[in-house]
Amino acid sequence: MSLNVFLQHCLTGISLGGAYALIAIGYTMVYGILRLINFAHGEIFMIAGYFMIFATANLGWAVGIPLTLVATVALGVVVEKLAYKPLREAPRMSIMISAIGVSYLLQNLTTYLFTALPKPYPEIPFLKQIYNIGGLSASLVTFITPILTILLVILLVYIINHTKVGMAMRAVSKDFETSRLMGIKINKVISTTFVIGSLLAAVGSILYFTDRMSVTPFSGTLPGLKCFVAAVIGGIGSVPGAVVGGFIIGICETMMIAFGYSTFSDAFTFVLLIIMLLFRPTGIFGEKQIDKV
Amino acid sequence: MKKTTKIILTIIAVAAFLGILFFLQSNERDYGMAITIIEKSAIYAVVAVSMNLLNGFTGLFSLGQAGFMAIGAYTFSILAIPVASRPSVYYATGINPVIAGAELPIPLAMIAGGLVAALFAAIIGFPILRLKSDYLAIATLGFSEIIRAIIASPQMNTITNGSFGLKKIPEFSGLIVVILVAAICIAIMVLLINSTFGRAFKAIREDEIAAEAMGINLLRHKQTAFIISSFFAGIGGAMLARFMRSIDSNTFKIALTYDILLIVVIGGMGSVTGSIIASFLVTASKEQWLRFFDQPLTIAGVNIPFFKTGLRMVVFSILLMVVVLFFRRGIMGQNEFSWDGLVRIIKRIPTLFKRKKKEDVA
Repeated sequence: MSLNVFLQHCLTGISLGGAYALIAIGYTMVYGILRLINFAHGEIFMIAGYFMIFATANLGWAVGIPLTLVATVALGVVVEKLAYKPLREAPRMSIMISAIGVSYLLQNLTTYLFTALPKPYPEIPFLKQIYNIGGLSASLVTFITPILTILLVILLVYIINHTKVGMAMRAVSKDFETSRLMGIKINKVISTTFVIGSLLAAVGSILYFTDRMSVTPFSGTLPGLKCFVAAVIGGIGSVPGAVVGGFIIGICETMMIAFGYSTFSDAFTFVLLIIMLLFRPTGIFGEKQIDKV
Repeated sequence: MKKTTKIILTIIAVAAFLGILFFLQSNERDYGMAITIIEKSAIYAVVAVSMNLLNGFTGLFSLGQAGFMAIGAYTFSILAIPVASRPSVYYATGINPVIAGAELPIPLAMIAGGLVAALFAAIIGFPILRLKSDYLAIATLGFSEIIRAIIASPQMNTITNGSFGLKKIPEFSGLIVVILVAAICIAIMVLLINSTFGRAFKAIREDEIAAEAMGINLLRHKQTAFIISSFFAGIGGAMLARFMRSIDSNTFKIALTYDILLIVVIGGMGSVTGSIIASFLVTASKEQWLRFFDQPLTIAGVNIPFFKTGLRMVVFSILLMVVVLFFRRGIMGQNEFSWDGLVRIIKRIPTLFKRKKKEDVA
């Protein structure tokens, strides 16, 4: 494999990793606050793809993109209000089952509305334009994805560390009960978390599907799980961790495919997860947690 | 209720059930659909009870059931497909000489399927059972995907037939056999749950630290539960292979685990009879009762919109969400079916209405 081809694969991997990182942030933030694996996050990402298809078909991409973002955020918040909020006092297993139920429902609903056949994803002309940089050629979206990801993450880290709502989020994820006693409006903080998570998932969805051309009701499941793995590898609850994890998974996956092991590329993600859980269950950036009796 | 009355009632119920089964089997041609549903729900009941053993009784949230079913199904099929028809199954790549002549009688092949699944569980259980609740869930989910990828990989072509899948798997000789195998499996699990092991499992579910303080070896008991659950998931997989007659790696997607988890939840986490009832209700409503949602509906010449393919699954998943959100205990909660319980429910029905009236006055 020549250096040029190798770099080309690296670029694809980094781009895929960027999209994964954006989705992984949604998992890590929700987990940090609710201690819940939001199994429905992958489906929200997939439905964002459908929103984009219909918004663009009728209104063009300039209106379509913001509309998709708004609609996805609304969906994320509605899911939280209907399926997770009533179970706040319930055992954790119930909330997780509710999340699986929501993911099942969203999949069936999209199959019913749009059939299981792949729907072509709209081409956004300027994103698909091919550019050449030093022997590497790729569409603009491949170059934009990692840059956009990093910018959004910097913005997010700023929000978390330097604003009032960010401070509330950190407090809630440290200690749910005490922060409630301190007068933090838990429900508002949780909604904000879902707004941010869904917004980033929508951005990730646009970047991810532009490269893949079609959406089916099942195209959210596997990326969703992989992104959760990314969040675990990076250290669940940590935003920079999720980003690093996303890039690791994206690059590893692309390299596996490049070296001809495409059947194992999905399985490899989970092998990575199991290895990580065995040797460093808290992930790369995770904090050590002490069990209290 | 007297003990003798209960025994008589049980005998009557079992006899009636067997009578129905024999009636269905002797009129196979007229009741094909009913037979399919009962067979499928019996198989799902085995897997659901095995999952309940882990999730409901031991409190370990495992999502690897489909992976263990895949191991069981493939081991069974490789050992049970008649040697004569193997060349036509492995027509594309040829068969690995090691397994080419290995054929076991069907019951032994099923047990072998379970044992291989249990072996895998023993190997992976040791490291991953140390993980806490949701990490365990995601690790077992990952394991089941890894198994699926290995089965489908071209490197395994001569053993699992890769993405072509296996065909010509010997089928069940009748409805009674399915029920018998399922009943034996579930009976063994019930005996286990009622033994000292079962009580230790429940203690772990209620409070790990307290259980450990009482002298229960956590890791050993968790491993036992995991291995036994996987054994029966493997047997369930073998039964599914016999039922479907042809399998491929897509049969054992994550969706299969979710389906079984939902049966366990609807039936009640920690109730064997709940799982059995739910597996019948879920299978029947998915296969038949909710079927009409998928057909176009016309009332008095007016075509009602929305009724088209797929609505059935939407309605089903909404029902499921209602159970998850508002009836978190499922049908049975942690209780088992008993005649006394049935009588109590029947007696309570009239009082329910009375109480409501009183509240209205107040």
